[in-house]
Amino acid sequence: MKILVSVKRVIDYNARPRVKPDGTGVDLSNVKMSLNPFDEIAIEEGVRLKEKGVASEVVAVSVGPAKAVDTLRTALAMGADRAILVQSDEAVEPLAVAKILKALAVEEQPGLIILGKQAIDDDCNQTGQMLAALMKRPQGTFASSVMIEGDAALVTREVDGGLETLRLALPAIVTADLRLNEPRYASLPNIMKAKSKPLGTKTPADLGVDITPRLMTLKVAEPPVRGAGIKVADVDALVVKLKEMGVA
Amino acid sequence: MSNRETMEYDVVIVGGGPAGLSAAIRLKQSEPDLSVCVLEKGSEIGAHILSGAVIDPRALDELIPDWRRRDCPLAAVPVRDNQHWFLSRHGKIAVPHWLTPRWMHNKGTYTASLGNLCRWLAGQAEELGVEIFPGFAAAEVLFDDQGAVRGVATGDMGVGRDGKPRFEYQPGMELHARYTLFAEGARGHLTRQIIARFGLDADSAPQVYGLGLKELWDIAPDKHQPGLVIHTQGWPLTDAYGGGFLYHQADGQVALGFVVGLGYRNPHLSPFGEFQRWKQHPQIRTFLEGGKRVSYGARVINEGGWQSLPRLAFPGGALVGCAAGFVNVPRIKGTHTAMKSAMLAADAVVAASRAGRRHDLLDTYEDTLRKSWVAEELRMVRNVQPLLARFGAVLGTALAGVEMWMRTLGIGLPYTLGHKPDRALRLARDAAPIAYPAPDGVVSFDRLSSVFVSNTNHEEDQPVHLRLTDPAIPIAENLALYGEPAQLYCPAGVYEVTGRATGDPRFVINAQNCLHCKTCDIKDPAGNITWVAPEGGGGPNYPNM
Amino acid sequence: MTSLVWVEHDNVHVKEATLAAVTAATLLGEVVALVAGHECVEVAKAAARIAGVSRVLLADDVAHAHGLAENIAPFIAGLMSDYDAFVAPATSASKNIAPCVAALLDVMQVSDVLSVEGPKTFTRPIYAGNVIATVESRDAKLVLTVRATSFAKAESTGGEAVIETVTGATDAGLSSFVSAQIAASERPELTSAKVVVSGGRALKDAAGFAGVIMPLADRLKAGVGASRAAVDAGYVPNDYQVGQTGKIVAPDVYIAVGISGAIQHLAGMKDSKTIIAINKDEDAPIFQVADIGLVADLFDAVPELTAKL
Repeated sequence: MKILVSVKRVIDYNARPRVKPDGTGVDLSNVKMSLNPFDEIAIEEGVRLKEKGVASEVVAVSVGPAKAVDTLRTALAMGADRAILVQSDEAVEPLAVAKILKALAVEEQPGLIILGKQAIDDDCNQTGQMLAALMKRPQGTFASSVMIEGDAALVTREVDGGLETLRLALPAIVTADLRLNEPRYASLPNIMKAKSKPLGTKTPADLGVDITPRLMTLKVAEPPVRGAGIKVADVDALVVKLKEMGVA
Repeated sequence: MSNRETMEYDVVIVGGGPAGLSAAIRLKQSEPDLSVCVLEKGSEIGAHILSGAVIDPRALDELIPDWRRRDCPLAAVPVRDNQHWFLSRHGKIAVPHWLTPRWMHNKGTYTASLGNLCRWLAGQAEELGVEIFPGFAAAEVLFDDQGAVRGVATGDMGVGRDGKPRFEYQPGMELHARYTLFAEGARGHLTRQIIARFGLDADSAPQVYGLGLKELWDIAPDKHQPGLVIHTQGWPLTDAYGGGFLYHQADGQVALGFVVGLGYRNPHLSPFGEFQRWKQHPQIRTFLEGGKRVSYGARVINEGGWQSLPRLAFPGGALVGCAAGFVNVPRIKGTHTAMKSAMLAADAVVAASRAGRRHDLLDTYEDTLRKSWVAEELRMVRNVQPLLARFGAVLGTALAGVEMWMRTLGIGLPYTLGHKPDRALRLARDAAPIAYPAPDGVVSFDRLSSVFVSNTNHEEDQPVHLRLTDPAIPIAENLALYGEPAQLYCPAGVYEVTGRATGDPRFVINAQNCLHCKTCDIKDPAGNITWVAPEGGGGPNYPNM
Repeated sequence: MTSLVWVEHDNVHVKEATLAAVTAATLLGEVVALVAGHECVEVAKAAARIAGVSRVLLADDVAHAHGLAENIAPFIAGLMSDYDAFVAPATSASKNIAPCVAALLDVMQVSDVLSVEGPKTFTRPIYAGNVIATVESRDAKLVLTVRATSFAKAESTGGEAVIETVTGATDAGLSSFVSAQIAASERPELTSAKVVVSGGRALKDAAGFAGVIMPLADRLKAGVGASRAAVDAGYVPNDYQVGQTGKIVAPDVYIAVGISGAIQHLAGMKDSKTIIAINKDEDAPIFQVADIGLVADLFDAVPELTAKL
């Protein structure tokens, strides 16, 4: 079975985003970019399934600018076999990414598609679900464990208040949550080997996808600074407040 | 250990700063078939780079003569207005230009982020085929049977706090090389070991350091004057020498900071506190009001100069850049000399490779360096720092000024002043306490929120990388005698003494906060703290510092 | 404009987050509530009583039993020809389904709406809430998930909506429910708890933490968190840590006990709706962001609080 994993180049989770003074967007110059942490988990899961003998090939895909090759090389260094860059210098929304992945899935025919549950820049949490709906295939979102049993995937998902397990007919789409696995470090020899693994480039137009955005960002701003509130004199006063809030 | 994988290179370079990258570029320019790799402990090139900076392009002109036409970020802001101020509590005296020798005027220099310059140099290096590996810390020097350096090993990844392998454990790798260049910057941890092992500093004065703290700010557009470069001396320092800098750089940003010589004796001094206090000066504050702090960081800087240089070459390798210590203190510049030293080392390596040599002494490096403009520059200013350290800001500067003028005019006298090691401190009870103002949250800030904007992060579950030779000393000695000054000299709040109120004092090490500045390695009064590289990829993530 | 609002429920009760979604949808226009589930008539009745809801659609079918997106999303997409917007509270169930609806309608979704600025204009958090974006949709129809803590909850009584039964549910046969482990009586998970009680270094030791923080958390049915210092000192395991390098939480109420409020900790809980701080140092930075502060010794105040609740 082939596994397709979608990865995104995003601001490093340690870096602090700066709003441009004119409020038109976030200033990404001089900011460290990395592989989206949830996507790193997705790659790790794909590679583990390959190591278990369940999958034969892991293909990493990224929709992004030319520099996203660095992100794909990281995925290759972690153990992906092949990579595809769908190049776009404009930001591509989840809906368009889903359409691109669907077109690629038609070409690649994967048994499983794994994505990170959300990108830590736009925090949309939509792409995996949209892809599943467009492909008319089942989805296991916020997965904390994935097991393949024959022609089905048993996915345990994190839901509000606990866990639930679903059985999905393959091919299926899974989105990775934090607890799915702990990604491996890319070792030096693997980083070297990654340089010679195949990496192809396409454009959204090649796949027949229109990436015109549907949402216009009118402005961005920092959240209002939380100000100090009130002080209560004693525990009784606090109890009153808690009861007012419906907490107690 | 013996089952580590190995990789072979012609040259391995430890450290992806300006020296390491310049050496790599020069090697590949001269001999494209050499295999060259650069190991960098930061998560990317530039992540651990911190400097003012005002850079003399002299070395870059030699390395890549057409750099200005290659989109190099250094070209953006030439220095056009160079100011030197003596500060009093509320005022300033600007030193007139004619009072200082021409080479202090910063003509022909540029002010930019050294981190960005390094990223550009890394791109140039990779185009030439240099392999750069960020996120990998060199943890161990490898020696052959004759005791020559034959490479380094990267640190194991995925070791837990208890020293046992975690689930993601990956052993380090050995990188073997004909020659290994150490470009770790000031007070590099492997460099320390090399210097000790080969006795490289037997004939040198002790190395001395300053701690530089820096912030990057977006300032109000009407206050921004690109190319304006200001250096200050005087207020607020009374118990130490040092001074501040404020550079108007590209994109509406100002880089400002403060350097405190670590030879101070008063254990109540906090370099961080002095920096925050300095920003309150009306002449400095005015630039910052209406602006926003973007980042913070700190790093030690060599101040020993010519007399503190160790021998540079040893069997199998050499020291380049600040690992050896080529900072020109009065000019407050070390990037150009670091780069040149690295280029000369590279030349020596190329000659040795062509002759089929390996693991031996690169003696031509030391020779060519002593005949180069690096030596000329550093010899000229060698007494400046000792005069400042001995005689303080006013008298010291005056004497240093005389000294510099005499040498500029070619009438220097053949003496060289030495250095006292930084470590000595007066007892806490014998030293005057210093009251630092509370941060105002507008222009001055507390340490933890400063560390926050340095984007520092370390894998939590790993051994503490700040090693105490004797774990009892901080409380038993340092606390009793000096009030445990680690709580003050560390610019990241790594060290705390808790539990004093309950009579059970404990020395707490918040290793997570470490900025990799190396101050503790230098200033602990008992010399009890040894900094070793934590797991690769950890530490600050400076944007364009 | 008429919105179809997803009612979050457990087949018996309407979950509170729905009330916030109703409020948001009311700002856009008329509100029709959709109750999809299995044997969920009681939910429809409760939904009909929500103030602001004009009609309730009841889609009671075994195919809708476990919120399987493969079944429910096409069903909703089929209904959407009559509506301008699909609005759901940002719960894990609707985060699972809403984007599917959007894709089937060929529109973009606006996730985690914080405020409604216009008929097609919303604010939402990006970069983990460090930046707020104002976005405008160009699509003909809207699909929104709404952050429940950002909108006032509609009154759950006073409404008298008509309940209509809707048929047409199908089982796509692609997925099936196997099992669930819902933590009922155990302490709620830190990242999804509505109330969090967090302890800092001032609790002295693990016993202090357990003896002071846990009873309060039990009483409030709250999740338990800790500052880095408390975790480093060994009072509680690593996964309790709230902060820049730990978990990011945004509960309705965050009670910080003996926590100074260093910015690294604040980074992990700054989006909490209400922050309450108990600390004996009145200069502790936490009081600068706490909505309600009590300057007191936590070893006295917290047990007293637990007892009086």
